[in-house]
Amino acid sequence: MPTYRAPVKDMTFLLHDVLQIDRYSNLPGFAEATPDTVTAILDEAAKFCEGVLQPLNQSGDAEGCTRHDDGSVTTPTGFKAAYDRYVELGFGGLTQDPDYGGQGLPHVLGFAFEEMMISANMAFAMYPGLTAGAIACLSATGSDEQKRAYVPKMVEGTWTGTMNLTEPHCGTDLGMIRTKAEPQDDGSYKISGQKIYISAGEHDLSENIVHLVLAKLPDAPEGTRGISLFVVPKFILDDAGEPGERNAVSCGSIEHKMGIHGNATCVLNYDGAKGWLVGEPHKGLKAMFIMMNAARLGVGLQGIALSEVAYQNAADYARDRIQGRSLSGAKDPDAKADPIIVHPDVRRMLMDARAFNEGARAVALWGGLLVDLAEKAQSEEERQEADDLISLLTPVIKGVFTDRGFECATQAQQVFGGAGYIREYGMEQFVRDARIAMIYEGTNGVQALDLVGRKLAKDNGRAVRAYFKLVEDFCADHKDDAEMAEFTAPLQAALGDLQACTMWLMQNAMKAPDNAGAASTPYMHLMGLVVMGHMWAKMAKVALTRLDEGSGDMAFHENKLITARYFAKHMLPETGGLRAKVEAGADPVMALAADAF
Amino acid sequence: MKVLVPVKRVVDYNVKVRVKADNSGVELANVKMSMNPFDEIAVEEAVRLKEAGTATEVVVVSIGPKQAQETIRTGLAMGGDRGILVEYDAETEPLAVAKLLKAIAAEENPDLVVLGKQAIDDDCSQTGQMLAQLLGWSQGTFASKVTPGDGTVDVTREIDGGLETIQLKMPAVVTADLRLNEPRYASLPNIMKAKKKEIAMKTPADYGVDMTPRLSTERVEEPPERQAGVMVESVSDLVAALKEKGAL
Repeated sequence: MPTYRAPVKDMTFLLHDVLQIDRYSNLPGFAEATPDTVTAILDEAAKFCEGVLQPLNQSGDAEGCTRHDDGSVTTPTGFKAAYDRYVELGFGGLTQDPDYGGQGLPHVLGFAFEEMMISANMAFAMYPGLTAGAIACLSATGSDEQKRAYVPKMVEGTWTGTMNLTEPHCGTDLGMIRTKAEPQDDGSYKISGQKIYISAGEHDLSENIVHLVLAKLPDAPEGTRGISLFVVPKFILDDAGEPGERNAVSCGSIEHKMGIHGNATCVLNYDGAKGWLVGEPHKGLKAMFIMMNAARLGVGLQGIALSEVAYQNAADYARDRIQGRSLSGAKDPDAKADPIIVHPDVRRMLMDARAFNEGARAVALWGGLLVDLAEKAQSEEERQEADDLISLLTPVIKGVFTDRGFECATQAQQVFGGAGYIREYGMEQFVRDARIAMIYEGTNGVQALDLVGRKLAKDNGRAVRAYFKLVEDFCADHKDDAEMAEFTAPLQAALGDLQACTMWLMQNAMKAPDNAGAASTPYMHLMGLVVMGHMWAKMAKVALTRLDEGSGDMAFHENKLITARYFAKHMLPETGGLRAKVEAGADPVMALAADAF
Repeated sequence: MKVLVPVKRVVDYNVKVRVKADNSGVELANVKMSMNPFDEIAVEEAVRLKEAGTATEVVVVSIGPKQAQETIRTGLAMGGDRGILVEYDAETEPLAVAKLLKAIAAEENPDLVVLGKQAIDDDCSQTGQMLAQLLGWSQGTFASKVTPGDGTVDVTREIDGGLETIQLKMPAVVTADLRLNEPRYASLPNIMKAKKKEIAMKTPADYGVDMTPRLSTERVEEPPERQAGVMVESVSDLVAALKEKGAL
């Protein structure tokens, strides 16, 4: 059976030593996030994730969700009790607005908690995850009345949320949706249509489910500019604001999925359900993007989280499993064989995952901090810069971290040999669960296009230029630091590749957009390596400083440096190959005739 | 009814303990520290008494370094009302701790002192017993059930061969065993509230207690590594081998 130990130490290292969140104690929520409180929260969160959620991960996968004849859905055994505990412990309010019952703590802390919850039980974590996204969307675009009616219960967790975009004939291209919203005399709307792939669409965990639904008004213009957003509660609120009459939205079936079996992914039928407009007519997609951007960062965390838990189990297995002898002579001559961790190729798989996990976690938590700064920083300029950076990084965090997270999960499975293919060992579940993260919330191909087509060019490239400057400044600040050269030199080279590719895109994609399309995924991965390389260099700097001072946990900092070196030597150089692919342009990709495939 | 809960900051039970390079003790630097698990059970029991309306106040006390404040905060996040930290950096011995707790009990006048049956670092299992003796109070050790009555408390004890239930006159000292309860996870709002609860900072001198150790540690060593065994062919070989080793 797989196990999980939340990486609390790595998280507190990142929060306090690398990101130095105490620098922001003047901002709302940060004053409370002192090191002792952060540790207390992460420790309790770790106990909950390790002790309550993780033990339900394998059983939840085996059992799955059940749709009953009356359309009701039950989650796997134990999920309801665990969810009640989640609500009782108040974790749903971690980063939420104190006016609605939250604790108002920084998002960066919320990201750390989210990662743990996903590692322990991704299918479970999605129920609160979607609720958080729906809260963000309602808070940003809902009326005061809507916020008062729904948000406090969702913060508490007694009600959950969903997002309803996809329909059978349209996913990526939402302009084609058919779900209708007809205005009623009482100011509400009658919603009719079918939505598919709705995560947490129907279940037994909460007293009410608040669906946020994209639909078209009768006078809607064609395409994405004709989409409006509606709030459709499973139970219509009575005069006291409590769940009352059952709304005409029902679960038609549960999708049969490759993974995340513990999460009820539903077909939802809206048969004239009562809904209310959220925000302005025809501006629904923009509103939904608030939820989607938050959700994309959450999905990026899924990549890291599954890689982390898969890595932990693979490392334990590699130390335990004895088979064959080390190439350089027996390491444990008294035993019948050496543990497989003696083999360089097993090490490679473990180091790839470890260097990715720690590097990606650093980027993701920095991303969490940027979300905070975009919202709360004191000057308009700082808020703008943070917003630029997180907008730029969102497709990278989603696309690169889920691609690599999946890859690391399969490598961890590989460490198990044949046992990795056997269900009881739990490794194949990580692979199956990780696979969806590359697909939903916009496939990774769409993320790459978002990066290359939208984010790079936005505001004349202001965001990407600001990012380049950040990395250049870091390298310049440490150019005389001999100990840092082994980290900054490869980083500088990788940044050079990224800048060259950015320039290439500017020169070659305008006149031939297929060049951008063909280059988009390699470019996104190139940027992913640079952002991880940048964070690795920052982590290495902190580790070197601590080791020089002789303060803190020496072994922890030495291991950081060893992993930083692996990243610099073994992973960062991939930028060269990616650059070659970008600069090859669209021709090699597009040359084959469609009917020759 | 007031309940006093002494808690100790110890190496976390998940940590693989290592001996210091100079064999002077156990490595504590940069090691994760937590509340002694038996003390956590004691806090849980006190908080349950409060939730049941039996106890009116739960005071969490620790004797240890400044960081033991975090241990007290954990108890406050579970539901304790306030804390007292007697700051002392060196290793503590049960008798000195019992003397300090006696002095604190004299100030606080609790009806019940509930603490873990032992700490998982030195495994002494002496503090509760010594404290009861010094105070001249009744004691119920290794409790698996605690039921307060009117001026009395019934304590079910885990003893060799079964369970024994005794009735103590209050005030009394109770030491918690593993099966007394399952401690809760602290909720997020309670963790935040605990930040604002008061922790009084004291020193041993405030209570006039001499902390000078009565024991000195000569040397700390890892247990010897287990040697590989020998396979024998038959029972007679086994008997012969045992005879050879002098075991038979």
